[in-house]
Amino acid sequence: MNRVEVEKKVLNENQVLAEQLRQRYRDHQVCCVNLISAPGSGKTLLLERTLERMGPTERVAVLTGDLQTENDAKRLARFGFPVKQIITGGTCHLDAKMIGKHLQDWDLNNLDLLIVENVGNLVCPSSYDLGEDCKIVLLSTTEGEDKPLKYPSIFAKSELMLLTKIDLLPYVPFDAELARENARRVHPQIRIIDVSSTTGEGLDRWMDWLQQRRNSKFADAGLPARAEN
Amino acid sequence: MHELGIAASILECVQTEASRHPGAHISKVGIKVGELSGVDADALQFGFECLVKDSDFEPLALDIELLPRVQRCPQCGCEFRMTDFDPQCPNCGEFSTQCISGEQLDIVFMEVEE
Repeated sequence: MNRVEVEKKVLNENQVLAEQLRQRYRDHQVCCVNLISAPGSGKTLLLERTLERMGPTERVAVLTGDLQTENDAKRLARFGFPVKQIITGGTCHLDAKMIGKHLQDWDLNNLDLLIVENVGNLVCPSSYDLGEDCKIVLLSTTEGEDKPLKYPSIFAKSELMLLTKIDLLPYVPFDAELARENARRVHPQIRIIDVSSTTGEGLDRWMDWLQQRRNSKFADAGLPARAEN
Repeated sequence: MHELGIAASILECVQTEASRHPGAHISKVGIKVGELSGVDADALQFGFECLVKDSDFEPLALDIELLPRVQRCPQCGCEFRMTDFDPQCPNCGEFSTQCISGEQLDIVFMEVEE
């Protein structure tokens, strides 16, 4: 019997493709963010509000993943930006191969920001690198405050947590401070922004964060920041 | 719930390694699974056994080494195992410590029978 040392990532195939995507985003100076949450936390509505607030000259595109239906892509296409639905056909997460396939006929030179809306799931998407610049996790006030403790992997890997549906705080037994504390216990450096896609509260801060995240990538590449449109 | 796909990825790696050892049989594959990897070891073991059963891979065992989450304190350099989601440095009390281990999902070794 001979023991062979391997030292290889289990998801090596995905990792290789993710690094290729990351290199493409770098070459074309595209910032990619990966939105992850449980089903029904408000990813699609937040994206509708986000696209609605973007000027017509913004160079943004969205890839939205679901097990079935083109519903989300239809909702998001109304704003005039490029949107594509990724139907996974039952798979509970997006992987780098699906992203690469759906980017095939888009010219990345025309983009500054690519938003990926992952399949609603807090578990599996955390394991799959999509070549993104950062992951963003959404937690809504109709869920439990202990979600960050129950699903630590995704909260530990996300740069930003959006606490969504904060307009419902007066009506639900949700302790927002406890939720924030739990998120910081899992990930002390996580940024947290409270938002309501219904009332618009916090959306300016979210848009500013997105703009800054994009500009910091251009700054890293030695390029001037794009002005707000 | 994605452990079956992970098990399939491990078997792809076993297949690749096996092609480097013609005529030999790989009897065991060893992996490291970090606490933060999002992978459940029992589900992975179960999925792996289902895929191996009645396949050309049989007999093939999966050895899973679980790795805890380890944090490093940027202030005093202390490294400590994180328990109960308490990121505070036990040495100096700093709260904002960084995760340095626990996200692994790596293949470490294979046992080849010539």
